[in-house]
Amino acid sequence: MPTKVEKDHISGTETTGHEWDGISELNTPLPKWWLYVFYACVIWSVAYFVFYPAIPFSDGATKGLLGYNSRVEVEQIVAEAKQAKSKWMDQIAAKDLEAITGDEELMQFIQAGGRTMFGDNCAPCHGAGGQGRPGGYPTLADDDWIWGGDLDNIYYTVAHGIRNVTDEDARLNDMPRYGADELLEPAQINDVAEYVLSLSNKATDNDAAARGAETYAEECSACHGEDGKGLQDLGGPNLADAIWLYGGEKEEIVAQISAPKQGVMPAWGQRLSEADVKMLTIYVHSYLSGQ
Amino acid sequence: MSAVAATADQAAGAVRSEATPYNEAIVRMFTVATIFWGVVGFLMGVIIAYQLAFPLLNLDLEWTTFGRLRPVHTSAVIFAFGGNALLATSLYVVQRTCRTSLFGGPALASFLFWGYQLFILLAASGYVLGISQGREYAEPEWYVDLWLTIVWVVYLVIFAGTIIQRKEAHIYVANWFYLAFIITIAMLHIGNNLALPVSFLGTDSYPVASGVQDAMTQWWYGHNAVGFFLTAGFLGMMYYFVPKRANRPVYSYRLSIVHFWALTFLYIWAGPHHLHYTALPDWAQTLGMTFSIMLWMPSWGGMINGIMTLSGAWDKLRTDPVLRFLVAAVAFYGMSTFEGPVMSIKPVNALSHYTDWTVGHVHSGALGWVAFVSFGAMYFLVPKLWKREGLYSLKLVSYHFWIATIGIVLYITAMWVSGILQGLMWRAYDSFGFLQYSFVETVEAMHPFYLIRAIGGTLFLLGSLVMVYNIIRTIRGDVSAETAEDAKIINGAMAPAE
Repeated sequence: MPTKVEKDHISGTETTGHEWDGISELNTPLPKWWLYVFYACVIWSVAYFVFYPAIPFSDGATKGLLGYNSRVEVEQIVAEAKQAKSKWMDQIAAKDLEAITGDEELMQFIQAGGRTMFGDNCAPCHGAGGQGRPGGYPTLADDDWIWGGDLDNIYYTVAHGIRNVTDEDARLNDMPRYGADELLEPAQINDVAEYVLSLSNKATDNDAAARGAETYAEECSACHGEDGKGLQDLGGPNLADAIWLYGGEKEEIVAQISAPKQGVMPAWGQRLSEADVKMLTIYVHSYLSGQ
Repeated sequence: MSAVAATADQAAGAVRSEATPYNEAIVRMFTVATIFWGVVGFLMGVIIAYQLAFPLLNLDLEWTTFGRLRPVHTSAVIFAFGGNALLATSLYVVQRTCRTSLFGGPALASFLFWGYQLFILLAASGYVLGISQGREYAEPEWYVDLWLTIVWVVYLVIFAGTIIQRKEAHIYVANWFYLAFIITIAMLHIGNNLALPVSFLGTDSYPVASGVQDAMTQWWYGHNAVGFFLTAGFLGMMYYFVPKRANRPVYSYRLSIVHFWALTFLYIWAGPHHLHYTALPDWAQTLGMTFSIMLWMPSWGGMINGIMTLSGAWDKLRTDPVLRFLVAAVAFYGMSTFEGPVMSIKPVNALSHYTDWTVGHVHSGALGWVAFVSFGAMYFLVPKLWKREGLYSLKLVSYHFWIATIGIVLYITAMWVSGILQGLMWRAYDSFGFLQYSFVETVEAMHPFYLIRAIGGTLFLLGSLVMVYNIIRTIRGDVSAETAEDAKIINGAMAPAE
């Protein structure tokens, strides 16, 4: 093994005299700036140990001179945030919906807070702007309301939800499975579908639509209304306005008559506070499209 | 005088390598595996990057969802590409710098190779089928963990055995780092995977620790997987290939000692910074943050030693793209080991944590440091291992370097911007004290940056394909016209001097 210390002709520094596979090492001292910055980091860290919780013992860790505690800090911040909003939230909780909509300051508060609350709770199904989604997620930004679009009805729907199993006051209706349970013949279903299409002037077979009128009057009008314009008290959707929850093509309407898909909405009253539900109600009513 | 000495040394080296029958077959196998898994890992990364930008690319199949392909990507790049690169280079370096063949002979080395590849296949197939213990970077279930433990102990036996039977009085610094990497990974792997299988015929298991202790164990592992797998191991690589390629002595022996011990001592405590502002007790958060700050200079010791080794040989960067890869790697290493301690400071972490900034930080280290130093080492090794005069084309290495560098810059800057934007949007309040943005809106805002990131990743993948072509041609013994021309000029210029 070569242990000959040599002088490197480029740097002028001596080597350590060791060599491995042709690699040697210079005996350069530690760079001063490197060493001092390292010391500074160590000193800073030790100082931090003095001021903040640092050294664990069997009965808990040292608390540090500042007495900092991250749990206490987060509790404080949450409490402060709640406190800052309470001026408005208390009023919302106390007043009824009509009164709130007449209060300009509260409405500004709801416009800001309702938007975030809608984004976090409602947007996944109804879209960030209330535009809805195909496949049974109703548009909230239009004038077509299934269970009613006035303040009280929206409040009830938000608070109790639809067809969920957690709230016994949830809105509930149950359209029969006319095809799957063989309540109607396939030909009758075809005719009713044509009739329903004819309500928005989309029928493809006028004779079939005419035949379907009778079946409609017997089976469907009780919930969807004699004129097909829906009955909001029963949650029977308007069939005459060319707005469709599960698609407006003929085969989609036939499928919905044969084995209806029925949407479910959670009872937000069980998840959010009373004031929050009111805020969401007013936000949907006033800033999307209530009646 | 020293020029004469150098020539004499080289002559002595030539005699030595003829006298010592190094096991290079195994290094060739690991080298091929490194390049193969590298391309697989980069491709998986590109796929999941596009999935984040366009969720339809999940294909609505359970096997191809982001959740299952993401661990395939991380394990492929860390353990398959990085792991094979570490195995290839460590087994090459330890033989050369100890002047002895591998302990245990070719059979044990062969077991190590096939055993490790089997581990990769077992792990990856499990992820796609949904078998995962849900621990980041330690997703494989108990049966894969047990197999890796056996393989890893064999690795330790081969490596340590070779060092013990060395024919040099001293152990070269690269081997300290490789050994620290092997031993610590063994400890981390066993510690973090202590789990009770539900049954010996099933794949599921339950971890021994629970709650915050389990989270802390996981991040003790996770952070040190970065520290010892992706840092210490690759520093070992750097300490051999940079001085070798630059043909210069290592800048400072003393710095290598001090930063080695400081790095190994301090790194192991820094894991809690992954759990700032969680249920983790405050004292442990303090520990994680302060030890990360103290780690800054020990990390930079490696960068200084790498870059300063080039003093007197800076001109080579202009002509040697392989050295450029190695040096750029060290520069990226310096950048990300500065960024890391900054992100561990609690108020900074409050902004950066859970955002894309973390993803950008990891990739500046992974793409810039780990992959670049591995590319440099592969370009160095392939002609040596297959006994070729040089690479097929240095120009293609240069193309690879620039394509990959542009890819990294796009990737990191996109993630910086999107991460900070994300962090600021999450904490933006309006005058009433409401969050200004819903989560969905922050996701929408990320879209353009996800696209830029995916494009950056695509460039990085393209660069690696250029490497694959170049290396296949090199192994076949081809020499590109431009390289042959250069060689003629250099030989012509040298002739009168001799």
